Amino acid sequence: MASATASRGARGALGTVVFYVFLVVFVLVSLFPLIWVFKMSIITKSELFASPPTILPQDPTASSYATIFGDADFRKALVNSTIISGVTTVVCLFFGAIAAYAIARLRFHFKSLIMTLILAISFFPAVAIIAPLFVQFSQLGLIDTYWAAIIADTVFALPLTVWILVAFFKELPRDLEEAAKVDGATTLQAFRMVIVPLAAPGVFTAAILTFIFAWNEFLFANTFLFTPNTQPVTVVIPNFATVYTTDYGAQAAAAVVVTIPLVILVLIFQRRIVSGLTAGAVKG
Amino acid sequence: MVLPALLIILVVAFFPVVSSIWLSLHQATVTNTGAFVGLENYVEMFQNDDFVEGLSNTVIFTVVSVGLEFVIGLAIALAINRAFRGRGLVRAAVLVPWAFPTVISAVMWRLMFQDQVGIINYVANALGIISQPILSDRTLLLIAAILVDVWKTTPFMALLLLAGLQVIPGDVYEAAKVDGANVLQRFFSITLPLLKPAILVAVLFRTLDAYRVYDLFWAMSNRELESLSTFVYKAVRVSQLLFAQGNAAAVFVFVTSFLIALLFIKGFGMQTSAGD
Repeated sequence: MASATASRGARGALGTVVFYVFLVVFVLVSLFPLIWVFKMSIITKSELFASPPTILPQDPTASSYATIFGDADFRKALVNSTIISGVTTVVCLFFGAIAAYAIARLRFHFKSLIMTLILAISFFPAVAIIAPLFVQFSQLGLIDTYWAAIIADTVFALPLTVWILVAFFKELPRDLEEAAKVDGATTLQAFRMVIVPLAAPGVFTAAILTFIFAWNEFLFANTFLFTPNTQPVTVVIPNFATVYTTDYGAQAAAAVVVTIPLVILVLIFQRRIVSGLTAGAVKG
Repeated sequence: MVLPALLIILVVAFFPVVSSIWLSLHQATVTNTGAFVGLENYVEMFQNDDFVEGLSNTVIFTVVSVGLEFVIGLAIALAINRAFRGRGLVRAAVLVPWAFPTVISAVMWRLMFQDQVGIINYVANALGIISQPILSDRTLLLIAAILVDVWKTTPFMALLLLAGLQVIPGDVYEAAKVDGANVLQRFFSITLPLLKPAILVAVLFRTLDAYRVYDLFWAMSNRELESLSTFVYKAVRVSQLLFAQGNAAAVFVFVTSFLIALLFIKGFGMQTSAGD
């Protein structure tokens, strides 16, 4: 009896050890490229080419960062990315919140058809429309302006925003707005004064996800923007590989600079991001 | 109130699809629609070696990477479907690769695959796995691209499956245990069937995503690895002589994506009801 308990305890302990080893390996594999590329960005040129490669940086230097921040195109690209993703996020939240509230609360015809249509966009291959969009944007003079990317990004980010917000709005108790309406508020007032503050966490989650989506977008940016004046970092950095052909340190530093804000966002908001993703994807 | 959002989507996404189809039936250029040629662009497209290579790469890439992501993702989801110390850390680590822009991941991995300074190239060489630089061989490039995709999106797959697992009520397992079902029986007759909706959503999302692959191939292979999307991009934007064929390829991607979605919905009985 006692020995049976002991062996079960030992097996449990062994299971726990295996489980944690598995977790550590998993976390390391996930983070390895970031750690390694960070190392590449802070070592000297000669250490970069050392064979066998060094594990720890021998003589850390910031010269690769000096190179990229000394490049006006790179600095401009960071600004461009921020503007494009920021405006896309604001536009998506504005239209997305209104649409999502209507879908979550009001009764109207063709509701599920509309939701299916919106969902269909998530499955939509963006590449199928770049040719006609290119022609239209050229005619409208939008090529190589921020708007070309913002308009295209908005269409593909909106469904995500709407789905996440619908999921959040549905969880809010109906009674509160009804009470507001009984007190004489219009639907829009009830929305603004009651729902918006209550839904703030959901809206915030939708904003983070929309921002990440727009920050990461590449196809539209690479198709519609062709001067350093408007190109975001996602387009500029692969070109870095052409401009600084052999400056691997600069390429590594550029990759690190773009990923750091995302790592910070993920670390701070991981709980919200997970709930947003699963609300948008699994419940759909 | 839904109208503004819907209008934007209709005007910017659906109208251009019709336009793409229209253009693909003409001898179109960027500036003019040209003469009606019926399906000629499609015939020429299938005779274009770059298109055929793009199609075959895309299909191999999609099937292999989504297959691997599903198996590994499910294993991870089952493993972390319990309360444990450091859960937040694991979740954050899972999200980090997902949050990176794909092109940036491609650049990072390209640095590791590079033949002079790349750690992976160095290790693979030392172990005798490869006999030539990874970035110089198209087969190795495709394998590398699959590897990067698996790294980047398996965690996301695991996350979606985990969300599905957590909805399965625990007492179903208790009842099965009482009836004497072993671990494997419980997995195949409870977990898999109850997880089916989450599996279908996750696999469909990932399949359509992988099928559109563009950034990863473009940035990692320095424009040398062809996919359907890179073919469209090059035809429409880089070499505009192929504008009409590019449109045909775009329509091809659209129609086949639609068929894939239909297969999941009809073939595997996926639920698409948009809630209530």
